[in-house]
Amino acid sequence: MERTSVPPIHNVAICGGTHGNELTGVYIVREMQKQKMEKAGSVSVTTVETNPRAVAAGRRYTEMDLNRCFTDVLLSSPITESTLYEVRRAQELNAQLGPKGSAEAVDLLIDLHNTTSNMGLCLILRPNRNAILSVIHKILYFKNNLSSVPVRAIQLDIPSSKAYSLESVGKHGFAIEVGPQPNGVLRADIFNVVKEALDLTLQWLQKFSSGHSFEGGTVEAYTFVKSVDYPRDSAGKATAVIHQNLQDNDFKLLRSGDPIFQTFSGDILKYEGEDLYPFFVNECAYYEKKIAFHLAQRKTYSFPPISVKND
Amino acid sequence: SSNNNNTARFDAARRVAIFGGTHGNEMSGVTLVNLWMQNSAEIQRKGLEIKPFITNPKAVEKCVRYVDTDLNRAFTQENLSATGGDELPYEVQRAQEINRMFGPKGSAEAYDVIFDLHNTTSNMGCTLILESSKDAFNLQMMNYIKKAFAPASCLVLLNEHPLLKYSTSRSVAKHPVGMEVGPQPQGVLRSNIFEAMRVILKHALDFISLFNEGMEFPPCTVEVFRVLERMDYPRDANGNIIAMVHPNLQDCDWEPLNPGDPMFQTFDGKTIHYQGSSTVYPTFINEAAYYEKQQAFVTTRRETLAASAIRKA
Repeated sequence: MERTSVPPIHNVAICGGTHGNELTGVYIVREMQKQKMEKAGSVSVTTVETNPRAVAAGRRYTEMDLNRCFTDVLLSSPITESTLYEVRRAQELNAQLGPKGSAEAVDLLIDLHNTTSNMGLCLILRPNRNAILSVIHKILYFKNNLSSVPVRAIQLDIPSSKAYSLESVGKHGFAIEVGPQPNGVLRADIFNVVKEALDLTLQWLQKFSSGHSFEGGTVEAYTFVKSVDYPRDSAGKATAVIHQNLQDNDFKLLRSGDPIFQTFSGDILKYEGEDLYPFFVNECAYYEKKIAFHLAQRKTYSFPPISVKND
Repeated sequence: SSNNNNTARFDAARRVAIFGGTHGNEMSGVTLVNLWMQNSAEIQRKGLEIKPFITNPKAVEKCVRYVDTDLNRAFTQENLSATGGDELPYEVQRAQEINRMFGPKGSAEAYDVIFDLHNTTSNMGCTLILESSKDAFNLQMMNYIKKAFAPASCLVLLNEHPLLKYSTSRSVAKHPVGMEVGPQPQGVLRSNIFEAMRVILKHALDFISLFNEGMEFPPCTVEVFRVLERMDYPRDANGNIIAMVHPNLQDCDWEPLNPGDPMFQTFDGKTIHYQGSSTVYPTFINEAAYYEKQQAFVTTRRETLAASAIRKA
């Protein structure tokens, strides 16, 4: 494939604590601030603890999920006394790291998350040609250098104006989602993997900025198709639990006839539909969003070699 | 109860309660108790009144551990006799209500047995929690459960430590039994954890049934892990943690921790080693709820307790 050149990345923001009980990002950001991580070669680094109130309370959010507050509508809504804390906070973050969609926005925004699902390390991104190219190259870099955890890419097909999550504020952005880790727990093995992934990212950015050419290759990415809720009774209460065959088997192909739920009275409910890949299986925060798991298609993408476009 | 030769006599256990939701985000107990409140067929036993009960409904509704204060620490004599009605913290009011319904704690009217269902983020498997090494009835029950559950493992944690012991919801009963199953994240329901809890509770109720029917249980010994010491995270002057449970210790509940073994890892990668003078058996390793209680894990030592034979009076 023909070599492609991609615009430079001068600055990167690393964010943690967007969900206050997802602790890896909180402690990574604090440690980076303690170590005064402000530059990686010529790339400037900003670190932000994005939802300090939720972190202090040990909760995902205080009034509204911060990671749903970055739509164009919410970012431009007038602030009144009754504006929810997280909506306010999103606008502050947009001013600091954006504004979303403008030339002043940070070049790259990385938001750190944990999940209770057994997903290993995932990079979650919206497709955008340059973002894809550089992120996919990072994934290839991770895969070659991070041996202790599976690394995968997840794509969410959402246009920028409707994009609701923090990383959409940057010109490019992605979330690093790592699990399984319970809310409110800090596991050293996961901390170490995320720290290593960020070190690799900054290493990659430095090489990229200094003109290094990265080889092309292929990578698999999972594209969100739909979600599946728990079966519920007439009062809206879940009547089943994720079946043990599906529990912890994120990214293992699900076929028609495979068990997905076990009701409290012992019946097994089976999946009906096209072969798809489950992820976010039994994520704690999704119970209230009526999601038992998501389903994705998997595609292999080929990528050309890339290097930085000279300004 | 009175000793008759070597057999301890206890009154039949007629009133039993099963508590769920003492911590509102520990989902196995919440789910099981809600199920049984709708349909109690599975837990019924002849001659036995079994009451499933949600102890902290507000915490369950919000899916939080507690609203004002930890209910499972609230059953102190001071709290149980406090005046103030509505002004009291929610959980203190609940403790007084539960003490009225299932106690009073320490009296002849108290429930015979209370099972309190809990989950932990620690890799503890199935654990039964014992509050007194002298309770032959409970020891015999735990011996029965362990044998019935085998080859799957069900261990016994004994917390009789004068300082570390705490006033639990179940302590209003004559024979309090804690059931702790993990690892399970807060707010999450896992089928394997749910089923395990269901099974050990079934064995417990079977034991009570057999006892009430007059079966004599011969003397037995029970291996327990006795709580020794609470180990906190290393912290800075502001109280922030400066290290994490070391990867070598994480998930290794009940395995020996020897002097010199890695215990914590700082954020910049240094190892802090266990400095105790002898081998201990850590548990409650990296329980989410204990960060605020200054506890990274507890140490225990292995002991074998002897229980006399027991029989219905």
